[in-house]
Amino acid sequence: MAESEHEFVGLANYLHLVTDPGFLPALGNTLALIALVLCISIGLGLALALLLERAVLGRGVLRLLVISPFFVMPPVAALIWKNLLMQPTSGFFAWIASLFGVPPIDWFASAPLIAIGLIVAWQWLPFACLILLTSLQSFDREQREAAQLDGASALAILHHLVLPHLARPMAIILMMETIFLLSVFAEIFVTTGGGRASTNLAFLVYSQVMFQYDIGVASAAGVVAVILANVIAFFLVRAVGRSLDA
Amino acid sequence: MSNIVLERVSKRFGDTLVTDNIDLVIPAGKFTVFVGPSGCGKTTLLRLIAGLEDIDQGRLLIDGADMGQTPPAARGLAMVFQSYALYPHMSVRANLGFALKVAHTPPRDIAARVEAVAKLLDLSALLDRKPAALSGGQRQRVAIGRALVREPKAFLFDEPLSNLDAALRSQMRIEIRRLQQDLGITAIYVTHDQAEAMTMADQIVVFREGRIEQVGAPLEIYRRPTNRFVAGFIGSPCMNFLSGARAAAFGATTIGFRPEHLRLDASGELRGVVRTVEHLGNEALVHVQLEDDTMITARCTEDTALHPGAPIAFTPDPASIHRFDQDNRALDVG
Repeated sequence: MAESEHEFVGLANYLHLVTDPGFLPALGNTLALIALVLCISIGLGLALALLLERAVLGRGVLRLLVISPFFVMPPVAALIWKNLLMQPTSGFFAWIASLFGVPPIDWFASAPLIAIGLIVAWQWLPFACLILLTSLQSFDREQREAAQLDGASALAILHHLVLPHLARPMAIILMMETIFLLSVFAEIFVTTGGGRASTNLAFLVYSQVMFQYDIGVASAAGVVAVILANVIAFFLVRAVGRSLDA
Repeated sequence: MSNIVLERVSKRFGDTLVTDNIDLVIPAGKFTVFVGPSGCGKTTLLRLIAGLEDIDQGRLLIDGADMGQTPPAARGLAMVFQSYALYPHMSVRANLGFALKVAHTPPRDIAARVEAVAKLLDLSALLDRKPAALSGGQRQRVAIGRALVREPKAFLFDEPLSNLDAALRSQMRIEIRRLQQDLGITAIYVTHDQAEAMTMADQIVVFREGRIEQVGAPLEIYRRPTNRFVAGFIGSPCMNFLSGARAAAFGATTIGFRPEHLRLDASGELRGVVRTVEHLGNEALVHVQLEDDTMITARCTEDTALHPGAPIAFTPDPASIHRFDQDNRALDVG
C-alpha cells in the first residue's frame, strides 16, 4: 500500500457502502431473517410450550428433545441441516417429497434465506419454548378456574388470559433473539457461502474484507451494523420496558 | 334461588379420602357456611360443587337436576376465590363483563349489567382501573361483582376474607351477608374461622377429616354440640374440658363448659391459680391452672381483681355443662 492512500477520506467509505449494490439487499436480508426466525421460534415455541405444559406421557424426554438444539453449535447445526435434511437428492426432506411424488426443493438455490431462517429458528426454538413454558407454569390456577366458571372456552382463556400473561416473556424473547440474530454468520457461511439472496450485514462485512480486500467499506458496514443494532435495541428496550411497567 | 343437594358424595386424591359419603342439603336462599380446620375437605367439597373437581361417587343435584357430568360454567354457579383471581390486565369493567363477553351478550346489555352491579357494590368510580390499582377490599368487591353479574343460581365463597385485615374483614362480613339477604341468593361460604361461621350463617356445617360432624343453625350448634370436636371448635375462647373424677360425677367420660359459664365462687369446687390474664377492656380472659394441672379459661368482668399467681375458685353453671361419652359423643343432646 502506498503512503498516499492513508489520508482522511471523510464519509467516502460510507458512500461506497450505501451505493454498493450489495448493501441494501444485505440490510433487507438481515431484517427479513430476524423477522422470519422470530415468527417461527415464538409461534412454534408457544405451541410446543402449551403442549409440554399439558402432555403427561413422555414429558421428560420431550422436554430434553426440545432443549437439545440449543446445545448444538451453529456450524454443526447448519451442516446437519444442509447435508442430512435439505440436500436436494439424498436429504430427508427430498425423500419425504418423493413419497408424495413432489419434486424436491433445492433449498439453498431456490430459497436460501428461508432455508437459513429455518436452521436458525430451529436453534432458537428451545430458548423461546423454555421461557414461554416457565411463564405458562406461573399462570395463576385460580384465574383459569375463574374463567372456566365464567364460561370461557379453552380458546377464549388462551386469547384473553394466557396470551396477555405471556406478553412480557414474549417481549423478552423478542429482544434477546433480535440482538443475537443481527449477527447470524456461521449458518450462512456453511450453507450458501454468501450470495446476494442470503448475505446479511455481518456476512457483508466479512466478504468485503475477505473477497474485496476493502477494509474501509467493511469497517463502514461494521459501523452501520452497530448503529442498526443500537437503534433496534433502543426501540426494543422502550417497548419491553413499557410492557414491564404495565 | 336454588337448592343444592349432595347425596353420598365421595372424593379421593390418591389414597386419601378427602370427602367421605357426604349427605347434605343446601337450602335455597340461605347462607350455608362450611367450617372446619385446614385439610378437613371443606374446600374440596366446594370445588366438587363448582365442578372444578370430578365427583368419584355420589350425586350432586342442583334444583333436582344431576350435575355430575355438567361442566362448571353450565352449572350456573359463581365462585369468589381466596386470591380473588381477578384478570390482572383487564380493567374492573372488563373483569366484571368477562363472563357476559364470552357468552356473546350484546355490548349494550353488558354495559348495563356492569353498571348496575358496580352501583350496587359502590365500584362505579373504579370501573376503568386495573386490579393492581385497587385496595384489598376493592378487589374483594370486584370479585363479588364478577360473580353477581352472571346472576348465578348460587354463590360459592372460598375463604374470601382471609387476605384482608381484621377491620376490613368484619366490615366485608356484614356487607356480604347484607347483599346475600337483599338479593335472596343461595350462598355457600367456606372458612376456617368459626367467628365468621357464627356471624354469617343461616346454617353451619362443621367438617372434620372429610366428614360432616354437625349441621345446624349457629346458636343451635353453639348450645348443643353433638360431639366434643364441635364443642371445642365452635366458640372462642374454646370450651373447657375436664375428665376423670369430676366428669364421672356427672356420669360422663368428659365434661365441657364454656368460659362464660364459670362463676367466681370462693367455695367453688374448681380451685386453682391464675396464670395469665388477657384484658380486653370489656371483659378479661383468665387462664387458670387447676390443682390437677389442667388449664381452663374463664371469662370475667374487668372489675374483678386478678393477679397472676393468686388463688381462684369457680363454680360452673350446672345447666350449661356438656357431657360426652368415651367416644366423644354428646350425652343427652336435645
